[in-house]
Order: sequence, then C-alpha cells, then structure tokens
Amino acid sequence: MIASEPKPVEEILGYLEGERAIFVVACDGCATGCEVADPEHTAALVKELEANGKSVTGVARVEMSCNGGLVALMLSQHLEVVQQAEGILVLACGVGIQTVARAVERPVHPATNSTYLGGFQGLWRSEPRCAECGNCMLDYTAGICPYTACSKSLLYGSCGGPKNGMCEVDPEVPCGWVQIYERLAALGRAERLKEMPPLRNFRSMLPAGERRRASLWALELTEPEAAEEEG
Amino acid sequence: MSFREAVESGKFLITCEVGPPKGVNIGPVLEEAELLKDRVDGINVTDLQAACMRVSSVATCALLKQRGVEAILQMVCRDRNRISLQSEILGAYLLGIRNVLCLTGDHVVLGDHVEAKPVFDLDSVSLLQAARGLAEGKDLAGNELEEAPKDLFLGAIVTPGAEPVEPQIYKLHNKVKAGARFIQTQAVYDAGAFARFMERVSDLEVPVLAGIVLLKSAGMARYMNANVAGVSVPDPLIKEMAEAGQKDKAAKADGKKADYRVKTSIEIAARLMRDLKPLCRGVHIMPLGWGHHVAAVLEAAGL
Repeated sequence: MIASEPKPVEEILGYLEGERAIFVVACDGCATGCEVADPEHTAALVKELEANGKSVTGVARVEMSCNGGLVALMLSQHLEVVQQAEGILVLACGVGIQTVARAVERPVHPATNSTYLGGFQGLWRSEPRCAECGNCMLDYTAGICPYTACSKSLLYGSCGGPKNGMCEVDPEVPCGWVQIYERLAALGRAERLKEMPPLRNFRSMLPAGERRRASLWALELTEPEAAEEEG
Repeated sequence: MSFREAVESGKFLITCEVGPPKGVNIGPVLEEAELLKDRVDGINVTDLQAACMRVSSVATCALLKQRGVEAILQMVCRDRNRISLQSEILGAYLLGIRNVLCLTGDHVVLGDHVEAKPVFDLDSVSLLQAARGLAEGKDLAGNELEEAPKDLFLGAIVTPGAEPVEPQIYKLHNKVKAGARFIQTQAVYDAGAFARFMERVSDLEVPVLAGIVLLKSAGMARYMNANVAGVSVPDPLIKEMAEAGQKDKAAKADGKKADYRVKTSIEIAARLMRDLKPLCRGVHIMPLGWGHHVAAVLEAAGL
C-alpha cells in the first residue's frame, strides 16, 4: 500500500488558480485506506473547493487508480464532463495521479502527498512509479513524476544529456523531462517551466516513527521480542 | 584582467579548458595552461569530466591560480550533496577562485565508476541559486555566513543543438534568473543553426560563449554525431576531415610529414570562429588534448 496524506487546501487552491470547472477523481484503493480519498473526506474537500469559488462538475470514484484500464473505463463514463473540466483534481497516490494524467488531455493536479510504501515486501511495482517523496510535484510537472521519470531525479528541468528525446543513461528510455515538456506544451502550459519550485526536502521521505511501528516489518521484528519478554 | 572584468569590458571573450589528470602527474596540465594563459580570458577546469575519477577541479584551479592563470572552476552536482557543494565553493573562494561554472553533470553510468551512487541533490539551477545565496551572505538553509564570498562570478552552460531545444531554453532562462552571468555552450559546428538559437534567446541579457571542440578526425566527428547529445557535425566537415586523413595516410606511406588533419582541423575551427564572432560574445575552446594547437587556431581566426 502507498500511504498518502492530504495536501493543505491552500496548496491545492494554488494549483487550481485560473480554473473554475473542476472534475474530481478519488481512488477507492490505498488512498481510501489512508482516509484521504474515502467518500467522507472527498466530500469535505469538494465543499472547501466550492466555498472558494470553484465549481465541482463531477466526482468519480475508481476502484484502483493505479490501474490504467480501470481509469480509462471510469473516464469514459464521464467523458463529456471530463473534457469540459478546466482542471482535474486527483485524490490518489502518486501512481494513481500519474495514471489519470496519462489518460486525459487536461491539466491534472495532485490533492495528496504520497509518503510511504508500507510493509508490502515482494510487491512488484511497474510504472508509472511514485517515489513516495512526501511532497508531490505532479502539478508542476504535468502529471509525470520528475523523481522517477528522470534518471537524475532532477526537479529543475532537463540536463544536457537527452539525445533525440532519449535518456543519456539508457537510449531505450525516454527522457522524463522531454516528456514533461511535451505534455506541458500540449496543455498550453510550457511557460510554467519558468517557475522554480522550492528545493526538494528529503526529510519528508523519512517514515515517521508511528508509521515504522505500524508497518508489517516492524510487527515482524517487535512481535517475537514481545513474545520472548512474556516468556 | 579578471574574467569578470573581461566580461564586463564588452570585449570578445576567449576561454579554453583543461582537464585534471587521473593520478598526480599535474605537470602536463600546468604546462598546457601556461601555453594558453596569455591568449585567453579564462581557463575552465573540468570537474570529474565524463564521470571519471580524477584530481579535483578545486585543487587544480588553486594550482593554476598560484601561477597567475584566471581559472574558471567547473562544479557538477553528481558527486556531492548541497552541504558539500556549498562548502567547496567557500573553500575555493579562500583559495582565490572567483569564477564558478555550475553544471548538473553526466550520470555515473557514463563514467568509470558505474556502480557509484549518483547524488544530484542539487542541479545546475539550484547550484546557481545556492552559490548566489552564499555571495549574498546566506546558505541554502537560510543561515547567515560570517563574511560572504561576495565576488563570486557565476556561469552556466546550454546545449544549443538539443532536440527538442525548448526544455534547454526554459532551463537557460532559469539559470540566468538564478544568477548565471555568463554562458558557455556545448560544441557548435553549424553557425546557421547557432544563429537561429541565438535569435530564440535574444531576450536574455547574458554573454554567450560558443563552444568549439577541435575535430581530430572524421571518425571522431562520426562518433560525436552518434553518441554526444546535442552535437551534430555537418557532413561537409566530416568529408574535409576524411580527405585530410587520406592525405596523411599517403604522406606517411611516402615517409613524409603527415599534418593534413591538424591543418584541416585548425582551419575548420578558425572558420567557425570567424562565422560565430558576429553572433555572440565569445568562444569557449575545448581542445580535448590538443591544447598545443589552440594558439594556431586563434591566430588563424584572427583573434
């Protein structure tokens, strides 16, 4: 499970500046398990958005937003509203947000920060990937994670390495920043690349003590000790 | 004249680069710099170029400084985090180094320690921000410095031939905004294409020095076309070098002096420099081991 936390409402409103008609996508998977995207919290966020002058034109729930097929199916059921939305706000982990961004040609904004891949050893992570960095940048980067899509995890744009749009590390891997630029340009938002977000904060990647205690590996480690103590 | 004074004077700028040795045999680098120092406005010292382990750029710059060379310290973000990079800038300043060229750096897999951890805590833009912050008296965490390295003179690079070029242009804007006061470019071989690039960045008020890499052979040109991002040597130049190579082969067979490739290389570089001169503020020559031919190139170009 990818654990996530809600982003502050002010931050989300900043992303939605200049957009009024907002379509909301909420994930029934991990983000609901973390009580970030469940119907109650989703409704509370919608209320906040409307109180701040936004018009929420629809809320769609998707069983697992990391699954591209399920996302496409959900979107096809809301095609018209989605196409008319000025922005799409996604309550999901970083993988879910990127999957939605891939499926629609609208600006996609994250409503969460993914923080931690808790206790799922042996899990196969395909792509798109989320770095669980704790400070989701997908709004700035058109829904493509700069930390996982760029071999150098650069936040301030392409290095001098890409050749014909492919990465200097592996010519069979597309340059994450060329992809980001191309998607921003397709959305008419390339000028955003003149903005410089704050430096990455690596501290937000450290799992909090309580998360460590709650994860399965911690249970594995502490349970035998407790059993021993009890004799 | 310091490199900053040269930039601010408005003159046509000439810079060159040397690469520190792998091992402590520093003699050849010092000799190369000695040959060049009176012909150029500054000498860049590459920082672990191509991700290969070598002597540090700071140490080499300090040795050049002691010998009266105006050194330009290159710093890449691959090998040090933000704490170490800032510390190194302060240390370099104490050793008399004022010019710092900020780069992201090649990935470790392109070098000779492919299993190393790539750091990239900062990149070219955020390193510029960090360095400018230091010059203004604060570190990246906002702490006050006891005396700021206020005379730092910062630069950056750009790849005019990148495909697509737009991400490079956006980043160049941010580099200038972050404090770059001069720009050196990746190798340029097509003055027409370079003119179009300069047109696209004409809103940026920053001196640009066009990159010149001396062609050593047709094979080298083909290799760069196939492998080096953003570098494209036009076919007529490759043909010129190939013909010179043939002449050298024949001369060698006759036991005569085989210097056609060198002559052609110098001629091509000089021609390029003359064509580029009206388009930008200077040239940055990367001789890649042919430092002893740089004086001849400058002479042929009339610089």
